[in-house]
Amino acid sequence: MPPIISVQQLTKTYGNGFEALKGVDLDIERGEILALLGPNGAGKTTLISIVCGIVNPTGGKVLVDGHDVVKDFRRTRSLIGLVPQELTTDQFETVWNTVSFSRGVYGKKPNPALIEKILRELSLWKKKDNMLRELSGGMKRRVLIAKALSHEPEVLFLDEPTAGVDVSLRRDMWEVVKRLREEGVTIILTTHYIEEAEEIADRVGVINGGKLLLLQEKTALMKQFGRKQLKLDLTEKLETIPPSLASFALSLGEDGMSLVHEYSHEESQDSIASLLSALTAAGIHFRDLSTRQSSLEDIFVALVEEKA
Amino acid sequence: MNFEAIKSIYGFEMARMRRTLMQSVISPVITTSLYFIVFGTAIGSRIQTIEGVSYGSFITPGLIMLTLLTQCVSNGSIGIYFPKFTGTIYEILSAPVAMTEILVGYVGAAATKGLLIGLIILATASFFVDIRIAHPFMMVLFLVLTAITFSLFGFIIGIWAKNFEQLNIVPMLVVPPLTFLGGSFYSIDMLPPFWQAVSHLNPVLYLVSGFRWSFYEIADVNPVISLVMIGVFLAICLSVLGWMFKTGYRLRS
Ligand SMILES: Nc1ncnc2c1ncn2[C@@H]1O[C@H](COP(=O)(O)OP(=O)(O)OP(=O)(O)O)[C@@H](O)[C@H]1O
Ligand SMILES: [Mg+2]
Repeated sequence: MPPIISVQQLTKTYGNGFEALKGVDLDIERGEILALLGPNGAGKTTLISIVCGIVNPTGGKVLVDGHDVVKDFRRTRSLIGLVPQELTTDQFETVWNTVSFSRGVYGKKPNPALIEKILRELSLWKKKDNMLRELSGGMKRRVLIAKALSHEPEVLFLDEPTAGVDVSLRRDMWEVVKRLREEGVTIILTTHYIEEAEEIADRVGVINGGKLLLLQEKTALMKQFGRKQLKLDLTEKLETIPPSLASFALSLGEDGMSLVHEYSHEESQDSIASLLSALTAAGIHFRDLSTRQSSLEDIFVALVEEKA
Repeated sequence: MNFEAIKSIYGFEMARMRRTLMQSVISPVITTSLYFIVFGTAIGSRIQTIEGVSYGSFITPGLIMLTLLTQCVSNGSIGIYFPKFTGTIYEILSAPVAMTEILVGYVGAAATKGLLIGLIILATASFFVDIRIAHPFMMVLFLVLTAITFSLFGFIIGIWAKNFEQLNIVPMLVVPPLTFLGGSFYSIDMLPPFWQAVSHLNPVLYLVSGFRWSFYEIADVNPVISLVMIGVFLAICLSVLGWMFKTGYRLRS
């Protein structure tokens, strides 16, 4: 099957001459969760807006389920749900009406049972007759999610869904994301919270300066870039690392009370075993040990700095 | 055709207007009554009849046009300007709807409201003066065509406007003078020849004249010319919108 979304050589130059996208190629697989990371102004929202039809592309093309987003916009747009980055709502509408309106403009017949289910799932049912201006920011975010789900999209874009959102909404949201994924919905989200991408994404893309710098399976990415650290808390102060341990990538902690060993995923597991036995042989004892894996955040920072 | 979308946008707009119903209905009723009291008694006592029609009856079509134009232009423009201003327009732009369907939804609602208010004024007027409608079919045709044309015109302004000042400038500052100078409250025969010629450059003259003809069969210009002029204005609005939609002017960057 072709990818659900195929972005080809996409460029965007805004009216003021600003080049927001400089030739992006990106294939998104059916049913995956893709996290797009990138600093402010990287071009994430621009990319999403072009796929959704809010912004016109300057060059290149975007196919959704094999159809061009410009020429065949009815087919492509009816497959997509969008939760925008900005909290924009019709202040004087009720929750129920605004969500039903969304379903209508997407050309779907009214389905009150479905709307009820979505509102309940997002803990909005009690607020269904409230006007939007009476809701808190987090609740408005829920409404935007409900609007995007109201027409049963096959692809869902979440543009920074967790900005300014509390724990319970985050939990509700990931519940919904999980259910949608089980139903086969493709989910693309942008975020500045890297732990989030690390937690739920299948693949991670990094955008900066209008270019896609990297696109990889999350686990492969962690393997390739993710360094591991083993930290040993020593029982006695150590002045220098003995020559017998020179072959290991070791560094001494500032106070001499700890040793840090850096290794990558690729390095064989027994490097640790041999390190530990070498330590015993050198008469160095430790009372505790911990390992730490570098997060996507470290990877991301390294990447963005490297290419900048 | 995405009929559900048209229905949703139309329904949404009508609901928005319903929320301000009191204001939209009561204010034209009061204004119209004031016009009859002030113009009808003050001026009417001096003019009495124009071409055999009492002054109060004579100004009724002009009064309806004045309100219809103002209402259609402002409703047509606010409908599209507001989502642009608040940002909720993202939803319509990302929905599987063609611009023409969006247009039908918004303009249909604006024109409906304008027509309703026009009919309310007609009903109010009939309490004060004798109303006779010689050509009811033509009367409705003039009313509907004008409502649609000026709602389209409002829609153009709503897309063009970058702030509330620009949004209000046409309904507040352009429509009333054109209506007043377009023979709403007098026959342009009463003017010196020079000002008669100038008046013919005013598009509203043709609307008011044709509309009044459908009531009393008196007109400043031939009613056929009036119809043609509305058609021309309608065609201009549609071509401007066609260009706007093609280029994404101020809607899609
Ligand atoms: N309508 C516009 N006109 C001109 N420039 C724009 C427009 N919209 C966005 N830009 C510029 O394009 C660049 C990319 O913006 P975009 O909103 O896509 O970034 P982003 O990755 O979503 O950033 P953030 O994380 O802050 O949301 C920015 O430099 C922005 O200033
Ligand atoms: Mg953004």
